[in-house]
Amino acid sequence: MLNYDLVVVGGGPAGMAAALKAKECGVEKIIILERAQTLGGILEQCIHTGFGLHYFGEELSGPEYADRFIVEVEKTDIDVKCDTMVLDISECNLVTAVNKIDGFLKIQAKAVVLAMGCRERPRGALEMAGTRASGIMTAGTAQKYVNLDGYMPGKKVVILGSGDIGLIMARRMTLEGAEVKVVCEIMPYSGGLTRNIVQCLDDFGIPLRLSTTVIETHGTQRLEGVTIAKVDDRLQPIPGTEEYIECDTLMLSVGLIPENELTKNVGIAIDRVTNGAVVDEMRQTDHQGIFACGNVLHVHDLVDYVTLESQLAGQGAAEYILGTAPKETVYVNTVTGNGVRYLVPQRVNVKNPNDVKLYFRVGRIFKNARVVLECDGKTISSKKKVKLAPGEMENVVIPADVLAAMDENSSITVRVEE
Amino acid sequence: MIYDVAIIGAGVIGALTARELSRYKLRTVLLEAENDVAMGASKANSGIVHAGFDAVPGTLKANFNVKGAAIMKEFCEELDVPYKNNGSLVVAFCEDEIKTLKELYERGIKNGVPDMELLDREQLLAIEPNIAEEACGALLAKSAGIVCPYELTIAAAENAVANGVELIRNCAVTGIDCSDGVFHLSTTQGEIVSSYVINAAGTHSDEIARMIGDDSVHIKVRSGEYFVLDKAVGNLVSHTVFQCPTELGKGVLVTPTVDGNLLIGPTAAETEDRDNTATTLDGLKAVKTLATKSCKLVSTRNAITSFCGLRAHDTSQDFVLGPSKINEKFINAAGIESPGLSSAPAIAKYLSYLVTNAFDDLEANESFNGKREGIFHFRNATDEERAAAIARNPAYGRIICRCETITEGEIVDAIRAPGGARDVDGVKRRTRAGMGRCQGGFCGSKVVEILARELGVEMNEITKFGKGSRILFDKTK
Amino acid sequence: MKRDLTCVACPLGCAITVEYDETGVLSVTGNTCKRGDAYARSEIVNPTRSLATSVKVNGGIYPVVPVKSNKPIPKSMIFDCMKAINSVTVEAPVKLGQVIIPNILGTGADIVATNHD
Repeated sequence: MLNYDLVVVGGGPAGMAAALKAKECGVEKIIILERAQTLGGILEQCIHTGFGLHYFGEELSGPEYADRFIVEVEKTDIDVKCDTMVLDISECNLVTAVNKIDGFLKIQAKAVVLAMGCRERPRGALEMAGTRASGIMTAGTAQKYVNLDGYMPGKKVVILGSGDIGLIMARRMTLEGAEVKVVCEIMPYSGGLTRNIVQCLDDFGIPLRLSTTVIETHGTQRLEGVTIAKVDDRLQPIPGTEEYIECDTLMLSVGLIPENELTKNVGIAIDRVTNGAVVDEMRQTDHQGIFACGNVLHVHDLVDYVTLESQLAGQGAAEYILGTAPKETVYVNTVTGNGVRYLVPQRVNVKNPNDVKLYFRVGRIFKNARVVLECDGKTISSKKKVKLAPGEMENVVIPADVLAAMDENSSITVRVEE
Repeated sequence: MIYDVAIIGAGVIGALTARELSRYKLRTVLLEAENDVAMGASKANSGIVHAGFDAVPGTLKANFNVKGAAIMKEFCEELDVPYKNNGSLVVAFCEDEIKTLKELYERGIKNGVPDMELLDREQLLAIEPNIAEEACGALLAKSAGIVCPYELTIAAAENAVANGVELIRNCAVTGIDCSDGVFHLSTTQGEIVSSYVINAAGTHSDEIARMIGDDSVHIKVRSGEYFVLDKAVGNLVSHTVFQCPTELGKGVLVTPTVDGNLLIGPTAAETEDRDNTATTLDGLKAVKTLATKSCKLVSTRNAITSFCGLRAHDTSQDFVLGPSKINEKFINAAGIESPGLSSAPAIAKYLSYLVTNAFDDLEANESFNGKREGIFHFRNATDEERAAAIARNPAYGRIICRCETITEGEIVDAIRAPGGARDVDGVKRRTRAGMGRCQGGFCGSKVVEILARELGVEMNEITKFGKGSRILFDKTK
Repeated sequence: MKRDLTCVACPLGCAITVEYDETGVLSVTGNTCKRGDAYARSEIVNPTRSLATSVKVNGGIYPVVPVKSNKPIPKSMIFDCMKAINSVTVEAPVKLGQVIIPNILGTGADIVATNHD
């Protein structure tokens, strides 16, 4: 059995930032366990640019953004094991992992940072009838085929879901010579960034059909076409609006799900909206010494925010290990008010002496609205927002002095006022 | 060369029969039209070993079901295939249906079904607390079980090949000439000559029979749609839960699978297209509605996939088993719909008997070994077994499918096994790689890579399930 | 002439209408800030885009390595640049930042590797 102060599960942007921050805070023995063959996580296949605008003030590609952190990790004495899969985390932070070289690894950790990322929602979760032809895949799988393996996964493409990966793949496939016929979005708005709709669809004349979904796939061998249809307010297909579109590929970009199987096995509480762990302001779960950050906690749209969040988790883990965390804990839950789908963190230790930033997403599009932070019935801040969209993560700060005045009976609410 | 026996169709009947025949010194060839075995009804059904009270007493279905179910466990043990004797329940929701339960019970007694019991509401809820509260009674059949139908087929074919049977895939029979006393089969892989033919061609078995002028088989294809739900809800029920049967079949069931998922379905709809396994919006909706009648907690929000299977129903309402009236060396095994899987071990023994009985002085295959050792399953192994496996072959230490914890070693084993996997779905059925929550989102491309490496071809030659189901086009540059 | 644009200067995504002729932009309406005005003008006069794709590698871990243009290139030349990039094969090892095609098609932008191989 090995002993480490900190085991970081996942070597993507979240895991690397957490490990680096913990090192900076003085944690000695740190190991990153990564299931892929290299560090970098999903960024390795995200070869488009647009990463790092907030954090580095530069427009980097995914591999470039990852490389900034890989270089930093290499400069430290943080141990890294790639091609290594964590199978289990016990209640006493004993981590079981497996790889080709070491076989079974048992690592006793003082603290653990969960940074496993997320997976794409597959077809089975959708109400889509039809055949099992080849050519139906998630946008992320297609992205790997094109960008890492160098193969075209399709030539005539329909994309379901206008999340950012779907939009990015529409452009990528077009650049490599495929014909992207249409992007369908079941919601009345796109879940992707405006920039991506303009630069990935509009630039290439690819139509975006809102309130439209794919209801059936056709073809017995390779996909030959799909039937799309408009949907009503309850997202149910409207009879008579069906339309057949010939295509050999259907790419799905219909949502991301945090990969919390390990988390659930430990018995950590999960937020039913984010599908990630319930955490405090340092991203500590309800299981002492286990922290979570990045897309395993809640799905982010910008990696820059993943980095910032993971640094908090790294710092939190360091304080836990080094015994420098606030001695006293008084938790106050954060409450989602009108228009707010979720809040991270879900609870705040009011004995924490710093400002606390709450991240949130709205449930629908708001125009000319205000984001209101209310603590103990008093409006702390009320910020005007010209536009709020579910696809863009927002934040609001609770100042340290407001927290200092709170106790266990206090309340924290974020809501949207129209 | 002239084969002694050509079996048309490598479904559960064809594969198990081939294995039975491999006990003897016979030249047996197993012909499969698709790129893999178990590509028809055998890969997409409920996976239930029925106790045997459904079929009308005196029918082949009644006879073979009870006999087959009795030896299923032994077959599964020999072939290293998961089988679970979880018992079944037919649930009644009104007084009329209580009457039906009694009829089924009586029928079961006539058919020789052991260990049945009529339960009242309290007894039912005691053993299945999640059953809908409207339930008022049930018929418990302790001998019923669950099995993975495609694993059974794959294991049987693999064991048959290991014992000398030749398996030819992508070999569709297009015509049969028997004018000179032996059968000349025209196939997509050239001519195959054989003294005996066993017609186990599933939904196409009537077409095959007609090739020798036998029009006694009349197949009506019935499709059935299902949902597979996440393992998180795999223990909502522990028994296989049926509703009372209707004219079209046994109705929608809710059952755990041997792999720990929950399966709900099937619908029953007649279809003209004999190969059309497309699911329909109406069908899936029906499954959803009907399944919640048995168990309110069943929700398709937990669905990880849906599928449609085809049953080869013969208009005689019974199995068509035995030598053709046109040519006694041509043996039909047609119309094998439910309880076909439950009956399969007994049918295989019967078909084997029909053939071997016709040969004088037939010698046993002395090197026959009916014990198959399946692929090492990392996910089911103890830590000690896992460590030993990795020490033996480091590839067992590389997880490819995260959701189901499937290693590279298992995938390679599945490809290298006798009659091994040649496509992505073949790997999936043998190892479960890609069968979990993400449905191959992460591991699909890695499986393509491993298949290409093992088969010595480029990645873009790998298919999902053979023929034109290629996954990748050309290189981008 | 008239063109409708969606502004990408910030997440707001204003619907901007630009009127223009041969001499240049006549008016910009629908924007809610100065950045929107600037975006709309550049979209009419000289729209540019960053290009990210991959290039074929010989002897690397992967058959392709990702590349990008180190500054935006004229939007109208994107497919010509793709053609030029797709006709090139580089030998491994490739280093992040390595120039693959200098001054591609005279645009002033270099095509550089954005990962190692």
